[in-house]
Amino acid sequence: MVKITIDEKQFEVENNLTIIQAARQNGIHIPHFCWHPKLSVSGNCRVCLVEVEKMPKLVIACATQVTDGMIIQTNSGRVVKARNAVLEFILINHPLDCPICDEAGECKLQDYAYKYSVGESRFEFDKVRKPKRVELGPNVMLDTERCIMCSRCIRFCDEIVNKPQLVFTQRGDHVELTTFQGQKLDNDYSMNVIDLCPVGALTSKDFRFKARVWDMSATDSVCVGCSRGCNTKMWVRNNEILRLTPRFNSSVNQYWMCDHGRLNSFKNVNAANRVNAPMFRKDGMLIDVGWDEAMARATSELKSFKKNEIAAFGSAHSTNEDNYLLAKLMNHMGVHRIDFVPHIEDAKQDSLLIKADKTPNSTGARLVGIKSDTDEYSYRAIIDDIRNGKIKALYVLDDDIAVVPEIAEVLPKLEFLVIHASNENQTMKYADVVFASSTYAEKHGTFTNFEGRVQKNKPAVSTLEHDRVLDGMPLSRLDRFGAHNDRWTKGIKRDTRASWRIINSIAAILGAKWKYNKCEDVFNEIASTNSSFYGLTYENIGVTGAMIQKSQEQVTVRS
Amino acid sequence: MENQKPIVHRKDLHWWEQFYIPQIINGMRITLSQVFRPKFTRQYPEEKWNPPASFRGRPVLVEQNGVERCVACGLCSRVCPALAIDVQASETELLKERYPVRFEINMLRCIFCGFCEEVCPEEAIVMSKEFELVFRFQEDAIFGKDKLLISADKLKDRLEYLRKNR
Repeated sequence: MVKITIDEKQFEVENNLTIIQAARQNGIHIPHFCWHPKLSVSGNCRVCLVEVEKMPKLVIACATQVTDGMIIQTNSGRVVKARNAVLEFILINHPLDCPICDEAGECKLQDYAYKYSVGESRFEFDKVRKPKRVELGPNVMLDTERCIMCSRCIRFCDEIVNKPQLVFTQRGDHVELTTFQGQKLDNDYSMNVIDLCPVGALTSKDFRFKARVWDMSATDSVCVGCSRGCNTKMWVRNNEILRLTPRFNSSVNQYWMCDHGRLNSFKNVNAANRVNAPMFRKDGMLIDVGWDEAMARATSELKSFKKNEIAAFGSAHSTNEDNYLLAKLMNHMGVHRIDFVPHIEDAKQDSLLIKADKTPNSTGARLVGIKSDTDEYSYRAIIDDIRNGKIKALYVLDDDIAVVPEIAEVLPKLEFLVIHASNENQTMKYADVVFASSTYAEKHGTFTNFEGRVQKNKPAVSTLEHDRVLDGMPLSRLDRFGAHNDRWTKGIKRDTRASWRIINSIAAILGAKWKYNKCEDVFNEIASTNSSFYGLTYENIGVTGAMIQKSQEQVTVRS
Repeated sequence: MENQKPIVHRKDLHWWEQFYIPQIINGMRITLSQVFRPKFTRQYPEEKWNPPASFRGRPVLVEQNGVERCVACGLCSRVCPALAIDVQASETELLKERYPVRFEINMLRCIFCGFCEEVCPEEAIVMSKEFELVFRFQEDAIFGKDKLLISADKLKDRLEYLRKNR
């Protein structure tokens, strides 16, 4: 430990830190472009200059180690002047593209120029022109003019992904970012360079020109692309998700997320094939009906079967709460055949983030009761029993089980199939009753990831179930001030319900006396009755999640 | 009756004022003198008014060489105190990269403050001289690109005025 002084305040910090790290730990912000907490030090942007007593020149805070008794000034006259000069220098060749730049509003250069520069340039000559619309890879666009040569993207590909694909060519003000000859920026994590880029040089192809960042609201969410459960922010405008960005969580995903999760885990929420109302089958066709009708049909038909003729599939795509209430409902009905269908793709995994289990909650589903005690009750045994006619009715929580060929084969043999579905899917072809369920982006709930971390998920898109203001959902400027006759408040609000709420209503019809008003009530009951979740409450999970009691139950992923 | 107000007696008219006739003659003199002065009453709406360049009529989009100047940056939408403007950007092959695929101004919300014009980095949205706005339905008051695009030649006055007063 060493004692240092930053801006007349004394701190005791570890001795292997750099000045910028020590300052950051103590809540002092030193401006930086090229430095990033998880990347190596490059020291080329020069904006983190600070004054250290007894050193003749200003030093860069990112590459100077703290020593005992160091006295550092981050806002002295010399520093302020030098910072202004650095920004003026960087802006010499930076185009005034802000109006057409997607980064505008979350741009480090914009922020720093506003905060630390006097806003005047003495440069009177033409700026260096470079290519403006370069496709670096399938997901990333490059505007070479805007690049300030911080090399964060190069270091990211090199150090984090271990796939060096980017490089600088030329010298001086002609430096250009490019891919290695014959290569593309096509690694599984390529889109993280968009978040890393402090300016608008690297932008997303998918999000390109879709919205200005100040028109969207951001909701803390969890990615459902695989069992890692990367923390994300969900950006919504007019009740439509426009992009996902990673949210820092040191124990799950650091600052990163994979391209697959970023691009594919929200598209189904906006998709045209959403199920917008409950349906049941009449004369061979699925027709839209009211909630009460659909529930009456489902319960009356289920009652007509014997207990051992019914089985249920939970879902590793669904939350702990949904699965818990399904298990509880089946228990109430005396049904013991319950399991879920795993979705494992061994070919698609790596050592950084991507897991083979392509569902967010298989650990949680198993822990809250979606499992069989013996092999007799496993999902394969259920399929066999459907085939040989022992099981006649099936209840399926949000999962497209028919994508598994051997299941699709036996589904026509069922006499009655109830499913929860958010989008039109393969299983719907065989269903007798379809409940329109909310996606993860439209409901509260918790997921338990592969290592047993319980993480909270919040609704970002509102359905008829909630009201943005009254339910405390994040509001964008437009949400806050919209009136009924404004077109930009007319985003689609679907008549879907969270699965646990649907099960709750069905249980009420079947005579169960449950009292759950909100998702929190369900989770707190799980925590008080299930030893794995002992000690957790909906509140103390917090924004970064909390671990379950591992010693109580072995957490293994069954394939 | 302590609260009763004291009775105020107005001063009686002077005998010359009570005589009336001179007062009437004086009045007629003023009236007659006005009859022969130049008229300034405008016979609106038969006679239209051409406002000066500084006039802030409804905001319009400047069209140049067949395309809008607008790059759909959304600053007008952001600065609009009444939230009247809705812009959706998209990509174009032109040099400007972006263009508004949808640009709508809700004229029921617009307060003609001219902030949109002031903030525009491209001089693409300007206040026109048009002030006669009548709608029969709320939906009619939402002007899309079809109503907003006006060619730059027709907006010369305003564009020159803006350049002079920047």
